[in-house]
Amino acid sequence: MPPLARFLRSTELDTRMLGMVGVLLAIWIAFHVLSGGLFLTPRNLWNLSVQSSSVAIMATGMVLVIVTRNIDLSIGSMLGFNGMVMGVIQTDLLPKLLGFEHPATWMLTLAAGLVLGVVLGALQGCIIAYLGIPAFIVTLGGLLVWRGAAWWVTSGQTVAPLDDRFTLLGGGPEGSIGATWSWVFGLIACAAVILSLAHSRARRRKFDFPLRPMRAEVFLSAAGCVLILAAVAVANAYPWPIGSVRRYAEASHIAIPDGGLFIAHGIAIPVLIAIGAGVVMTFLARRTRFGRYVYAIGGNPEAAELAGVNTRWVIVKVFMLMGLLAAIAGAISIARLNAATNSEGTLAELLVIAAAVIGGTSLAGGIGSVAGAMLGAVLMQSLQSGMVLLGVDTPLQNIVVGIVLVGAVGIDTIYRRRTGSGS
Amino acid sequence: MTAPRTPLVEMRDISLSFGGIHAVDRVSIDLQPGEVMALVGHNGAGKSTLAKILSGAYRRDSGTIAVRGEEAAIANPRDAKRYGIETIYQTLALAENVDTAANLFLGRELQARWGTLDDIAMEAAARKAMGRLNPNFQRFKDPVKALSGGQRQSVAIARAILFNAQILIMDEPTAALGPQETAQVGDLIKQLKAQGIGIFLISQDIHDVFDLADRVCVMKNGRVVGTARIADVGEDDVLGMIILGKCPAGAIPGPGATERSQ
Repeated sequence: MPPLARFLRSTELDTRMLGMVGVLLAIWIAFHVLSGGLFLTPRNLWNLSVQSSSVAIMATGMVLVIVTRNIDLSIGSMLGFNGMVMGVIQTDLLPKLLGFEHPATWMLTLAAGLVLGVVLGALQGCIIAYLGIPAFIVTLGGLLVWRGAAWWVTSGQTVAPLDDRFTLLGGGPEGSIGATWSWVFGLIACAAVILSLAHSRARRRKFDFPLRPMRAEVFLSAAGCVLILAAVAVANAYPWPIGSVRRYAEASHIAIPDGGLFIAHGIAIPVLIAIGAGVVMTFLARRTRFGRYVYAIGGNPEAAELAGVNTRWVIVKVFMLMGLLAAIAGAISIARLNAATNSEGTLAELLVIAAAVIGGTSLAGGIGSVAGAMLGAVLMQSLQSGMVLLGVDTPLQNIVVGIVLVGAVGIDTIYRRRTGSGS
Repeated sequence: MTAPRTPLVEMRDISLSFGGIHAVDRVSIDLQPGEVMALVGHNGAGKSTLAKILSGAYRRDSGTIAVRGEEAAIANPRDAKRYGIETIYQTLALAENVDTAANLFLGRELQARWGTLDDIAMEAAARKAMGRLNPNFQRFKDPVKALSGGQRQSVAIARAILFNAQILIMDEPTAALGPQETAQVGDLIKQLKAQGIGIFLISQDIHDVFDLADRVCVMKNGRVVGTARIADVGEDDVLGMIILGKCPAGAIPGPGATERSQ
């Protein structure tokens, strides 16, 4: 084995995942060259991160749905319905009760939306798990029902504009945390990476299990920290647009210096939410009983049942999580648009399923990772915004995305067959 | 005859039909502590179905189950495990995509502080448990799918004995094993017996039955042909019960016996 391959193996990194990162980088560089240097700019990467977040958030839940051998076709419609409900709550219901632009409006709206999401998910999950109706059918029905319900909330009228605080969830100059807090976030993330590597090493040492070589640990820590800090640096290199700067300067009575005032965006709030969703869902999937049961059910539902797992309740919980994540994605989508429309989220379910599958989730069940699905979401979004930058027509964009989906899964199938690896 | 003791398990008049088929028809059977009761019969005789009723995988239509003299409510596998009933299924019932430790502890994971999975402690326990059955086994990182038939069977057996089983159901436990591993399972059964564990052993192999079992219960078409102490019958008698449903002199006839020879 050549030294580089041996070193990579000693880090125990997933080669499949590394391959995906490689493909993503190749796509980015290709778009950068083709667009004459427009793709790998702080501005485009920042926008890419915001645009990916809603699909990435839902993809973290779709992985678990697909791992348990189910599917959820209803999330786009659920997102739309939930968005309409949240729109009406914050522009009509709460202002009547609390007055306009009350500071609690955004929280109450979001809380109501999240509860609704869990309830919708639980409803579908119960029908699937306890009545034994296939998830494909139940959520296909959901796709129609929730889209219709979204129209019904306001008889098709768009709800806009939304509460000022609520729209921060969608990103934008105000909806980002700024340079200082971005650095703080980055440093905390670096510390978390190092601590978790150290913790896992200490645990393995306690039970006398084989350890990674020290230089592999150092490499992993360093690589993790460099990536995190580089991402923060990119987000901080993207300045506010002049209009926002002027408004901000007027509001806080500062004079704008001659060279212009540089105010960094920093990490956008929807991106932080997506990162949070990814961390929480990875934790659930890898470190809790619930996650273990999800994978065991995917591998052999009968065995899980015979082992004493309450498989039906696990399935209901998976769909509740999916509903919750669709609600979060819905809040972000309407906040970004500063409007709730009854067509919001149309076809989102297909993008989310595609992201999960490109990210290595097997439709046969039992296999898939949250991180892979999020990477899949970024990959899909990169393709789309890259083609927009190049001025590719929408029909051709769809053709390319479709071919990439089939091609990616095809290559993955061949890779798995050749390495015989399941995960 | 020994004085009647409270049986470890007593199943009375158990029936279960699928559609119009009586898979298990008024079966009564009991098991003493430290006893191996062999269940034999043709394919489709109802042995595995009866075992699955006791392990909670199937719900019976009628009949009662008592554990240590007290009526036991067994409606699902979780209930059965609560009574200390562990099962090695013929199909092994392993989750193929996760590793050995995850399978051993499936449904009963060890948890660290804050309720997280304690994977490392589970792997350590798995190494110990597998070491007893299969000392050469090292593939703890691989999903069970990648293991050989014998290794998978060892995983299924290790899982059943890991949690202080009181009652063990072994459905063809040596089907995928080589001669050496089969002998190990035989030794294991003797060890478990000595600890007072009661074992239902389902087997096609009549020699295994005579080697390991204390009593034998023969089933045919969902009914019990007869139950006998191994010491009271010969292999030919048992074969006659299996094939013809003929209950010999040394056996207590059941409802499935076609004729009785005196």
